[in-house]
Amino acid sequence: MPAQPLPIPGGPAKLALVRLSLSDFRCYRRLRLECGPEPVVLTGANGAGKTNLLEAVSFLAPGRGLRRASLAEPDRRHGPADDGRSGEPGGSWAVAAVLATPSGPLAIGTGREAGTERRAVRIDGVPRSGQKDLAERLSVVWLTPEMDRIFVEAPKSRRRLLDRLVYGFHPEHAAALSAYEHCQRERTRLLGEGVRDDAWLGALEDGMARHGIAVAAARRVTVERLDRSARAGWPQFPRATLALTGDVDRWLEAMPAVDAEERLRGGLKAARDGDAALGKAQLGPHRSDLAVRETTRGLAASEGSTGEQKALLLSIVLAHARALAAERGLPPILLLDEVAAHLDRSRRAALFDALHDLGCQAWLTGTDEEVFGGLAGRARFFRVFDATVTPR
Amino acid sequence: MGGPEIERLIELLARLPGLGPRSARRAALHLMKRREALLEPLADAMTTAARAIQVCSVCGNLDSRDPCGLCADGKRDASVVCVVEDVADLWAIERSGAFRGRYHVLGGVLSALDGTGPDDLRIASLVARVRGPGDAPGEVREVVIATNATVEGQTTAHYIADRLAGTGVAITRLAHGVPVGGELDYLDDGTLSAALRARRAV
Ligand SMILES: Nc1ncnc2c1ncn2[C@@H]1O[C@H](COP(=O)(O)OP(=O)(O)OP(=O)(O)O)[C@@H](O)[C@H]1O
Ligand SMILES: [Mg+2]
Ligand SMILES: [Zn+2]
Repeated sequence: MPAQPLPIPGGPAKLALVRLSLSDFRCYRRLRLECGPEPVVLTGANGAGKTNLLEAVSFLAPGRGLRRASLAEPDRRHGPADDGRSGEPGGSWAVAAVLATPSGPLAIGTGREAGTERRAVRIDGVPRSGQKDLAERLSVVWLTPEMDRIFVEAPKSRRRLLDRLVYGFHPEHAAALSAYEHCQRERTRLLGEGVRDDAWLGALEDGMARHGIAVAAARRVTVERLDRSARAGWPQFPRATLALTGDVDRWLEAMPAVDAEERLRGGLKAARDGDAALGKAQLGPHRSDLAVRETTRGLAASEGSTGEQKALLLSIVLAHARALAAERGLPPILLLDEVAAHLDRSRRAALFDALHDLGCQAWLTGTDEEVFGGLAGRARFFRVFDATVTPR
Repeated sequence: MGGPEIERLIELLARLPGLGPRSARRAALHLMKRREALLEPLADAMTTAARAIQVCSVCGNLDSRDPCGLCADGKRDASVVCVVEDVADLWAIERSGAFRGRYHVLGGVLSALDGTGPDDLRIASLVARVRGPGDAPGEVREVVIATNATVEGQTTAHYIADRLAGTGVAITRLAHGVPVGGELDYLDDGTLSAALRARRAV
């Protein structure tokens, strides 16, 4: 008999989407969906529009959504593609949501505003420029079939997952990360063009050092939180031990952040010639990796079976949800695309129980409804068919 | 619909910030219906402005005089120069009424990706202004860098501070209660004057 997980301090907290409206979003011309605080199950055939719905929800968080789409990509295309192209463009896409939060309802609207290069965000009707405002109010985390090979792929996809987990604890992380990347791109461009303006390069390296160390420090404390939370987690899931590997991460182990900043600034300056030759910076948090091991056997995550890797990934996401619920009183909204079908029966039951314990509004998709039998009475079921969504 | 004159008017109006083709058509119609009250006076004002407005050779401000009214105003403190990205920022600070010194308008920010380098901005003239003519120290004692709190604005600020290092003037930055990505033009006057009063050395 496995040990019971520790209760979550403060009890299950609630943050849930209660209404979702889409216009000209992917296959949806218009859609209005009302739901409650409990998990949402979407079932339907291939191509029905399930993942598109999850993607719409993913735009309520900073970033480019779960498909990492370019700004205009979700615009609904329609019309016969008789000339071989993918159809006429529709209007610009928009996603509007009403969320129930402990402090009352919250309205979030986002979409492509015609004529701008940015995703527009409105919170309670007021336009916001920074996506930090989104991260401050809610956290959205997803698992998609594309992430199945995350432990064997290049470090980039692991960093991306980690950064999304960081947003929940550090709303300013998204801004720091994009500031860092901006300075990095600018510096690479200057070096590539052979511009050796010391003051200009120095200004960019200063930006990389300040924002880069902020990025690394936020990742570091988040990994510590996840580790702590995993220890108290669900015994039916494999436990993950996480570590950050990278130069800046090692510096942060050994010295105060201001010293690490100075070191990164100096390191970048010294590496200008080499970076110019390579066409990229060799030092900085963009070189870090998240190393994941399965705690009990001590095996690297990449050595697990397909199902084991999926369960390990899920356990990280659940540990994050648990830590967020405990610390901020706000569990994330979880988007689990085709996750349930790939778990064995006992893990599936454990997942459903975990979601229930967490008070998490999870959005689950699958082609077959039977898989979600364990959620009967505890979730809201919808059938997705040809871009229409009907309650069961 | 209409003649080529009307089409041309609409096409030009549509290039204004904040106006799309639809609102440009509405504006054009509005102007033509109020020919005497609006269209003709506006056309006159534009002709006059097009003839008279020039860029101040000292600070980069826009005015019908050169040097501009702010540079020529003897009551303003010439020992403090506030460096802004754009004339819109200068206007925002003037609106707040919290600053009585002089300005220097850069005309943009450093951006390698957009191909804007130091030579495309009024940086050399700033350095010359601060250094003063010949070996004599200039009258500038303090430079307040009021670029926006965007990544480019901060990079540009860092660059300018570096270029002015060793001139002996005090270099200060706006105290940024100013949000990241925030642009001066969007700040309310209270926030802006507080940021100006609480400026800090870099
Ligand atoms: N911009 C767009 N405009 C219109 N339709 C689109 C757009 N982008 C994607 N689609 C279409 O939307 C449909 C639904 O896609 P979605 O990924 O949501 O399906 P799904 O229900 O998740 O299917 P599966 O079970 O195969 O994963 C697809 O036919 C897809 O081609
Ligand atoms: Mg899908
Ligand atoms: Zn002037």
